[in-house]
Amino acid sequence: MGSVPFFFMSASSILIQFLNGLASASSLFLVAAGLSLIFGVTRIINFAHGSLFMLGMYLAVALAPMLGFWWSVPLAALAVAAFGALVEATLLRRLYAAPELLQLLATFALVLVIKDFTLWAWGPEDLLGPRAPGMDGAVRIAGLRYPEYDLFLIGFGPLVLGALWFLLRRTRWGTLVRAATQDREMAGALGVNQRWLFTSVFALGALLAGLGGAVQIPREPATLFIDLQIISDAFVVVVVGGLGSIPGAFLAALLIAEIKSFCIGLGYSKITLVVEFIVMAVVLIVRPWGLLGRMPAQTRGPGALELPLALPSRNALVALGGTALALALVPLLSAGYTLVLLTDILVFALFAVSLHFIMGPGGLHSFGHAAYFGLGAYGAGLLLLKGGVPMELALVFAPLLAVLGALVFGWFCVRLSGVYLAMLTLAFAQITWSVMFQWDAFTGGSNGLIGIWPSSWLSSKTAYYYLTLATCVGAIALLWRVLYSPFGYALRAGRDSPLRADAIGIDVRAQQWAAFVFAGLFAGLAGALFAFSKGSISPEALAVPRSVDGLVMVLLGGIQTLTGPVWGAALFIWLQDVVSRSVDYWRAVIGAVVLFLVLVFPQGVTGFLRERFAR
Amino acid sequence: MTVLAIRNLAKAYGGVQAVRDVSFAVAAGELLAMIGPNGAGKTTCFNMLNGQVAPDAGSVEFEGRSLLGLSPRQIWRLGVGRTFQITATFGSMTVRENVQMALLSHHRRLWSMTALATRSFAGDADALLARVGMREQADRPCAVLAYGDLKRVELAVALASRPRLLLMDEPTAGMAPRERNELMQLAAELARRGGIAVLFTEHDMDVVFTHADRVIVLSGGELIAEGPPDAVRADARVREVYLGSGNA
Amino acid sequence: MLEVSGLNAAYGRAHILFDLAFEARAGEVAVLLGRNGAGKSTTLKSIIGIVRPLAGEVHFFGRPIQHLQPYQIARLGVGYVPEDRRIFTDLTVMENLEIGRQPPREGAPRWTPAKLFELFPNLGRMQDRLGARMSGGEQQMLTIARTLMGNPRAILLDEPSEGLAPVIVEQMVRTIRELKTQGLTVLLCEQNLHFARQVADRAYVIEKGQLRGSGTLDEVREEYQQV
Repeated sequence: MGSVPFFFMSASSILIQFLNGLASASSLFLVAAGLSLIFGVTRIINFAHGSLFMLGMYLAVALAPMLGFWWSVPLAALAVAAFGALVEATLLRRLYAAPELLQLLATFALVLVIKDFTLWAWGPEDLLGPRAPGMDGAVRIAGLRYPEYDLFLIGFGPLVLGALWFLLRRTRWGTLVRAATQDREMAGALGVNQRWLFTSVFALGALLAGLGGAVQIPREPATLFIDLQIISDAFVVVVVGGLGSIPGAFLAALLIAEIKSFCIGLGYSKITLVVEFIVMAVVLIVRPWGLLGRMPAQTRGPGALELPLALPSRNALVALGGTALALALVPLLSAGYTLVLLTDILVFALFAVSLHFIMGPGGLHSFGHAAYFGLGAYGAGLLLLKGGVPMELALVFAPLLAVLGALVFGWFCVRLSGVYLAMLTLAFAQITWSVMFQWDAFTGGSNGLIGIWPSSWLSSKTAYYYLTLATCVGAIALLWRVLYSPFGYALRAGRDSPLRADAIGIDVRAQQWAAFVFAGLFAGLAGALFAFSKGSISPEALAVPRSVDGLVMVLLGGIQTLTGPVWGAALFIWLQDVVSRSVDYWRAVIGAVVLFLVLVFPQGVTGFLRERFAR
Repeated sequence: MTVLAIRNLAKAYGGVQAVRDVSFAVAAGELLAMIGPNGAGKTTCFNMLNGQVAPDAGSVEFEGRSLLGLSPRQIWRLGVGRTFQITATFGSMTVRENVQMALLSHHRRLWSMTALATRSFAGDADALLARVGMREQADRPCAVLAYGDLKRVELAVALASRPRLLLMDEPTAGMAPRERNELMQLAAELARRGGIAVLFTEHDMDVVFTHADRVIVLSGGELIAEGPPDAVRADARVREVYLGSGNA
Repeated sequence: MLEVSGLNAAYGRAHILFDLAFEARAGEVAVLLGRNGAGKSTTLKSIIGIVRPLAGEVHFFGRPIQHLQPYQIARLGVGYVPEDRRIFTDLTVMENLEIGRQPPREGAPRWTPAKLFELFPNLGRMQDRLGARMSGGEQQMLTIARTLMGNPRAILLDEPSEGLAPVIVEQMVRTIRELKTQGLTVLLCEQNLHFARQVADRAYVIEKGQLRGSGTLDEVREEYQQV
């Protein structure tokens, strides 16, 4: 179907699209409500919520042949709930006192583990579910056929909304949940057993996710890619509706599902990926806390105390200089694969340092930093291939595309903070990804661009290694140096106390915006170096997992240290390289390693070493 | 000389008149205390002076210039310093660096990416810290300071822009009696020597009646009394709505 | 009945309390006097279990409680009223009371919402009001009422007079006296001498996390004014 202007749609097809939207909204609402509920009480953004949805789907598909569809749905949901309770009791419970970004990292590690578990248990093929017995027919609505099962779903969402409302507003458990959402420590001091409460909330949230997945099986196949797709959708719904607001999640699910449904109905199915993020961006700009959300209360509990930034000692400078020198000597000893790996490490060290620049001192927790990396990479490829620009110039000008992106996106992002900021950065990254993914004619679509090779004098591995080394060391040194300048201090001032910063005349937003663009520039530079080192570029360079890689590197190294991100990047890239070459289920291994590190070193590796030895 | 003049200030929130027709003035070198029960409109009044809340009616003039419509940032640049009820400092910086930030901002050097922040205006910062008795603790991180010392740091930060008006929201909240008196004595001294006008809100009546030159009393959004401390303390209406029998 | 000995506590690397020892006997009002940052709030938080002591013991009716979780300590009959009130502002007055509710307890006064509304008539007139829409004084009353719903045998009050208008402070004095006549043990943190003098049976002066003096309020007055 080609695109059809809205006014050419018949009244009946408008009605059908509207009903389609309602049916899709139900499943979306279930997932989002669970996510919102869990966040409200535990303050953990459960990145693995989409994975729970996926588990619900696979379990229901697996159980249906034995038990029949109508039994498989609730049983799959209960199994997911039990799994959620287990995860909460064994893992997340240990992380409630950890910094929120680390909690997020742990849940992302769960995503990796669950994905590989699903792959192991059910294989890589998409699984088709059964139809719902007794509801496999269609009814005639306005002259068109409409599936009975979708009508059931349309009623199911509001039913769950009503049940949740009753549970939260009319039972003692619900009152306790609402109290703990606001101040769990105080609730504990009044005799409320939080452990039990948290586990039950997490189990309910997981149940909703599993149920959301299970009821979807007559409508779409279970796939291994649905986890990240659902979690992005659920993030958008929760943020648009207002974090912690169940009715808000319902409203947002309706809004987004309807808009998507009409996009498909009008033949613009390609833009559905982008459209929900545009809706989110618009809502967040007009109502920064979502449709029915409120400004988040200040979080309680002692945050991690950051020490003043002392000028580096002579010894530290010598050590850093020595490291750079040692890296410069590597090509004398070894060539080939070591250089390729080190080139990768250097590129991602720069990426991680640029992310740390806004995340650590700036306090802007970006979940979409890969957008600027990817824009730099695509900038390099497009300048070279489409613009016919020499490679040297392409490398210099490619980061400007990232700057342009950071200028536009950053303007919106610095108006928000905390979780909302994180979600908006993710949204912009997803938009950028969608554009690259779908603009076949210009960006090569899902295949990307190939033939992005450096000029001949840089084509040897050694020559390109030296280029990367010089550029990355210089850029990292520059980023670090700026943090010691008044600009860098003003950035930290805005993070420490926006109230005080404003009261002494610091334009916090303007400085954050500038920092965002500055960091984007260097992420773009890293991306351009990456493109030329690989010779090709694909949308993966700016997908969600790449952004998460950056977060992992920064947090692994320790966000409160300057050098941490560099070590984090080295460790992560090396680990990924070793594991992915030797193990089939490498994602699960990486996830397990990250989980282990998070549990053992909640302040990051460098932070741990400093704590341990620098006293 | 009148530094701050408030005339017929009014503000309503959703039908509730939080502040109605309030007028008063503060002169250079004078400490004016604003007191009243919770919900009397003190905070609303305060926030209309520093640019956080826009009044429905009335005028706020600082040295003859209207402050209405200006942001907190612009108001600070004109020469209005402030301290917060709950101290707000940069916890990851040292005491000196906190003052240096204010000085860098005052001299419009915040956008420099080449200077070294810790080497900028260090001498000036130490001089300000000496004035509030915090010179010895200049190298300590703000996050580990005692509460009373944080209040002093805030004073030094407020003084960095050479203000002619100081707004202090419950400056002695959470302090022991001796500390309270020391802090207010310091504020009074700075005010008289530098000709700074000081407007403060306060719940501790000892502080108010010992240190204020003049007192204004708000109740139900209205100004119900104004005058020297002794006269206000004796005022029957003030005793009824706020001071009580005087035993507590 | 509430006995603290050798109490040491820290936030991260900052050591706050050093070998504190004091007691509150059944049915009396004991006051910890000290300036801000002296460690008074940390002491109460260590007793209720929000802060885990590094060392030392807390005995409640002869039973060691320093290793328990806050909710377990609360269920033994220790009530905690924090300094910053911490009302659940999204909940109504009645719902706030519901959070504090625990079964009746042997040897402790039994509280019901009706009885509490006699003690705090203001609250009775705003049962369905959200915590967010209450004044500071009303919130202070609610936070005490909420804790009493747990039918505690002892109650820890952290600076109940802070930030309140003098007329409300007078009401607070009457409330604490009433609780004492009901047989409750009260442990109070204060900086306000006028206020402490009107309720205290026993007083301790704390400075920099250490005990500086103990006795009746008049006996420790000098020491307190010197800190």
